[in-house]
Amino acid sequence: MMITCTNLKKSFGDKQVLKDINLSVAKGSIVGLLGPSGAGKTTIIKILTGQLSYDSGSVRVFDKEASKLTGEDKKRFGIMMDRFGLYDRLTCVDNLKIFADIYGIKHIRIKETLDEVGLKDDYKKLAANLSKGMRARLQLARVFMHSPEIIFLDEPTAGLDPQSMRAIHRIILKKKQEGCTIFLTTHNMEEAHKLCDNIFLLNEGKIVEQGTPEDICRRYNVNKRIKLHLTNGRDLELSQESTDTAREVFELLNKGEISTIHSTEPTLETVFLELTGKALEEGA
Amino acid sequence: MRNIIVIIKKQLQDTFKNKTILIQFVMFPLLTIVMENAVNIEGMEPLFFTKLFSTMFMGMAPLTATAGIIAEEKEKDTLRVLMMANVKPWQYLIGIATYVWTICMIGAGVMSTTIPSSLVKTSSAQISESAVASYLSIMAIGFVISTLAGAAIGVFAKNQMTATSLTVPVMLILSFAPMLSMFNDKIEKVARAFFTQQLKITLDEMALASVNATNAVIIAANAVLFTALFVFAYQRKGLE
Repeated sequence: MMITCTNLKKSFGDKQVLKDINLSVAKGSIVGLLGPSGAGKTTIIKILTGQLSYDSGSVRVFDKEASKLTGEDKKRFGIMMDRFGLYDRLTCVDNLKIFADIYGIKHIRIKETLDEVGLKDDYKKLAANLSKGMRARLQLARVFMHSPEIIFLDEPTAGLDPQSMRAIHRIILKKKQEGCTIFLTTHNMEEAHKLCDNIFLLNEGKIVEQGTPEDICRRYNVNKRIKLHLTNGRDLELSQESTDTAREVFELLNKGEISTIHSTEPTLETVFLELTGKALEEGA
Repeated sequence: MRNIIVIIKKQLQDTFKNKTILIQFVMFPLLTIVMENAVNIEGMEPLFFTKLFSTMFMGMAPLTATAGIIAEEKEKDTLRVLMMANVKPWQYLIGIATYVWTICMIGAGVMSTTIPSSLVKTSSAQISESAVASYLSIMAIGFVISTLAGAAIGVFAKNQMTATSLTVPVMLILSFAPMLSMFNDKIEKVARAFFTQQLKITLDEMALASVNATNAVIIAANAVLFTALFVFAYQRKGLE
């Protein structure tokens, strides 16, 4: 395991923000921490990366206590926090040069990295003149330029348009294929479903559910129903467990009255709603 | 050492595109050259503008530049990104301070071209020294203390707006008090408490050896005060 958290607790003053967090991240996997704003996602990333201390429990990264990670260990991370943190007055290439020099990477790697994130032709553009999606890609380029073993991404696609989001997803999946372990936080359940091998649902500092996205959805698929959209514009929802359903559907099919037919498995969003009584994007 | 050099290089690149900071470094050296060459009033003290603008330069440029740079990096989260890339806080602070001090010394070097290189000053202690060397030494001391004050404000402030609101009054006192004290005795008495006024007195003589015990104690007390403020700010806020 690359990361293991056992009974992790953290308080800010009187307020306990993390309550007995248990999670583990396998090498080469993408693990998502899903929860609304204020659930404790960023706090967990800060603890895992040694930016924040914790009150009790155990946090092990690279098989070492997170609080004892050295500077060399931290060079094995790539961290993208929710704010951009770019030098606006510098060009894309100059932004990356700073970090190439800090990590002792040859400058040839900068061009390769910019190419990987699709900013090859924009290398001379000032960071201030980039679109939000391009800024996110530049930040991602900085994160993986030094080939880290674990990449921490805090809401990597928050506020981005669908096209930029897809571009970021492609980059993340490519890094996974290259063997990188990725730990990301998001409140976008579609993103989690698409990218993550394993997810943890976090609410008010507590992990309320965990597993693969498919497993979680299957686990909560108690009201098995099918949804029909009829040619006359009407929607119909039928229970899969009723003996009449098959007959009813057959009749409608025969009459050619069915336009679309879907099974209605719960989504991560509905599971989260069922578990916590609130939507993932609430307050986000 | 590598990280300190990276910070200095980054800051150099950034300054050329940052007019707010750039103007701090360029304005007083340029004004000095122009005024010393353009204005020639009979009976005016020699090197009047060099001495006047030098005091203002040391009280203004390092203070505002250091505070502004640190506060901007905090506000835009670039400082956090540097820390996460394993740049140590002390490496960052030394990098910024070295950069600001060096740029200011280059400015002082430009201003010192108004001083005749053959000018040798003999202090009351009968020590003869080159006026240019003395001038640069005095400026170097002033820049160190002013940079410390700027670092204290930059570390304490959460963002650029807070930094500006803290920097402006300090800058006005440090840089304008010595100028106003030329016209008003009461202001002069108050201004004596500040290192800029003490260094202005030394600049008037253009000899480092003219520093007496009182001057030295006040300058040292200012340095200790701003160091203490910096330590206090750093312990309370760190570089978060």
